[in-house]
Amino acid sequence: MRSINKLIHEYDVVVVGGGIAGLYTALTASEQCKVAVVSKVHVMRSHSVAAQGGIAASIGNEEEDHWEWHMYDTVKGSDYLADQDAVKILTKEAPNAVIALEHMGVPFTRNKQGKIEQRRFGGHTKKYGEGPVKRACYVSDRTGRAIMDTLYDCCQVKGIDFFNEVFVLKLLFSGAHCCGVAGYDIANLLPQIFHANSIVLATGGGGKIYKTTSNGFASTGDGFALALDSLIPLQDMEFVQFHPTGIYGLGILISEAARAEGGILRNGLGERFMERYAPTLKDLAPRDIVSRAILNEINEGKGVDGKDFVYLDLTQMGKEQLTLKLPEISSFVQTYLGIDPNETPIPVAPTCHYIMGGIPTDQDGHVLSNERGVILDGLFAVGECACVSVHGANRLGCNSLIDLIVFGRRTGISAADHTREKELPPLPQQAENIVRDTINNLIDSSGKESVSELRETMQQTMTNACSVFRNSDELEKAKEQICQLKKRYLDVCLRNKSKTFNYELLELLELINMLKVAEAIVFSAIQRKESRGAHYRSDFPERNDEQWLKHSLVYVTPEGFRINYRPADIAWFKPEKRRY
Amino acid sequence: MKISLKIYRFNPETDIKPHYDTFFIEANPMDRILDCLNRIRSEVDSSLSYRMSCGHGICGSDGITINGIPALACQKLVKDYDYSRELLIEPLKYFPIIKDLNVNLESFFQKIKNATPNIIREKVFGSIENERLQSIKERSKIDDAIKCILCGCCVAACPVILEQEPRFVGPAAILRAQKYIFDSRLNDSNERMKILERSFGIWGCKSYYMCTIVCPKKIKVTEAILKTKKKIIQEFHPKSG
Repeated sequence: MRSINKLIHEYDVVVVGGGIAGLYTALTASEQCKVAVVSKVHVMRSHSVAAQGGIAASIGNEEEDHWEWHMYDTVKGSDYLADQDAVKILTKEAPNAVIALEHMGVPFTRNKQGKIEQRRFGGHTKKYGEGPVKRACYVSDRTGRAIMDTLYDCCQVKGIDFFNEVFVLKLLFSGAHCCGVAGYDIANLLPQIFHANSIVLATGGGGKIYKTTSNGFASTGDGFALALDSLIPLQDMEFVQFHPTGIYGLGILISEAARAEGGILRNGLGERFMERYAPTLKDLAPRDIVSRAILNEINEGKGVDGKDFVYLDLTQMGKEQLTLKLPEISSFVQTYLGIDPNETPIPVAPTCHYIMGGIPTDQDGHVLSNERGVILDGLFAVGECACVSVHGANRLGCNSLIDLIVFGRRTGISAADHTREKELPPLPQQAENIVRDTINNLIDSSGKESVSELRETMQQTMTNACSVFRNSDELEKAKEQICQLKKRYLDVCLRNKSKTFNYELLELLELINMLKVAEAIVFSAIQRKESRGAHYRSDFPERNDEQWLKHSLVYVTPEGFRINYRPADIAWFKPEKRRY
Repeated sequence: MKISLKIYRFNPETDIKPHYDTFFIEANPMDRILDCLNRIRSEVDSSLSYRMSCGHGICGSDGITINGIPALACQKLVKDYDYSRELLIEPLKYFPIIKDLNVNLESFFQKIKNATPNIIREKVFGSIENERLQSIKERSKIDDAIKCILCGCCVAACPVILEQEPRFVGPAAILRAQKYIFDSRLNDSNERMKILERSFGIWGCKSYYMCTIVCPKKIKVTEAILKTKKKIIQEFHPKSG
């Protein structure tokens, strides 16, 4: 456990973020060196625990499957923006990754042969799109939780040190070499400095930028902001996934597994509308397509009772299957809506779920400092905060968990290797003073703005202008509003001056991070004048491969954001029109 | 409608002893208790400390005591209580209180760790040619144990821990061990059971069933402990059974 009094902690590898990506990277690196995980919540409260449906791998336990099919589906699902050499690695290494998890102890749900059971999932097909395939390995509907539990226990055995409830404020550099992070202990505001040869960012996503999200309260895009602050670009930030089936109003996720197990989306007229949008895969089309279809139905007045939701109908599944395959979801619906999904359809609407973009990395987790692919010495990124890119413009369900394991392993190896190859550079002088000054300045603030009000305005702005459907006018307005908010937070008032678990301060720091990320998303979305994957521009409704089959990299400069591009790797599958 | 919440307050920087603050706030019957706390923090008193993360009962951050009973603030709704009366919000019992509703769970996680050592016999990344087989029936023996979210509610409700022996390993740690002992893929259950037999171990459980009653994930905790006891007797003390 952490030692509160020590100020500087020296390790070989320091991982920021303790979700599945962070823990898997830490475990892999710990085979070779001394590792610490720094997390702003207790690691077991990381949002990976909320992953429900499964982890994709073509192990073929239920029917014929091949990594090449998985690769094709992932590329097509990404609307051809994913880098195909990276997708090849993801899908080819996926079966071994799942088997490795099984050996570490993940209690996968089993089929009649005693093998890991697999089920269908959105966009995963056989024979290059012919029909759905059973590719998702799972632990009922608590796959993320089960993987986290297993990895956490493994980390204990390997002697990995956890620094829980430490918030990281800054990456530290020695010249061009990233060699540390500076943060503070949330329990007492004391600076905590971590000094290591390899720093890994595994900070997850930022769904809290939006009003309705499946993400937890801690998903505030901190890693994206740390990168921007260090003048590292963010790649493809315009691509934000809205999961089609969040519980109406709350945004809590109802896994795609619900549709894989037979659930059907119905509009206010009772129609199975997905038949019209995706004749082959129907309800199991990729998420960008289903989310747009739901909102189309709603915009045409075919929401339930003319309102802004549709129904997810699980009533044909039967009580036994519901209890067996979707126990958590059934209980969420019972708890928060007071309805029995066996008898009553569930009101759902799209909810912000996943950020496809992130800190650009190569296939071994090295952070890239520009569009030419120059590696930033000492810094690594993995998981949702990273962008390899295997998800391109739209991620398929179950591909995030496999991303965390495959690239967690690769990043762990390269972070450990890097540590051995280099002398530990000195820390910048007085790193702790940076932390003290930042905290004291904010604690002493006595303006007139409140953190919660600014946050709500940002969430409303992003939801209105930068969700499933976007257009130039709304985006420009949002950009202006975010700029206003960035000015307004300078005039914030922190009423809570306490040094013990000061959550008003934490929420202000998170808000500052979220505003930076929101601005990066809006800026990238304005630039991309086409529709691809999750980025749909009503004013440019077609995909435009000639001009836009490329990754955008957004940089912070003294004059504001700047954008550059690098080509996407399309070596294997040539872009085609996406039909499902 | 307006409801009233009476909340336990303690700030170690300024307070010698704890006190209670009462807040009247606007709420709906379908609001989570966590929504009410968030409303207080953002609109009334930004110094109120409590933990939260997922907001839907899967991360285990927000175990607190509501009207005397441990529960997750994000899983209980206003309508679950008689909200015509004041709701009493306190930190989880047993654990050292740091500030307001935030307790120190270090002893909780330490007990979990102690009860499940040496989880991996070989290297973490051993031979990975094929998956190990496990029948549906074998797997079902750990169905309940894998639901645990480590929230600590069971420990904060356990009469043995609260009234008799605070060093008792507690329900959550036994459940964690049970997950490994009954996993047909492993062959080290005897060693694990020996650990549970140590002093302040499994025999401290007197089957009060409070853990089962309060468990937010509806795990039959006491039953899992009893099954484990039975297996220990069968393996180590066949005659005394």
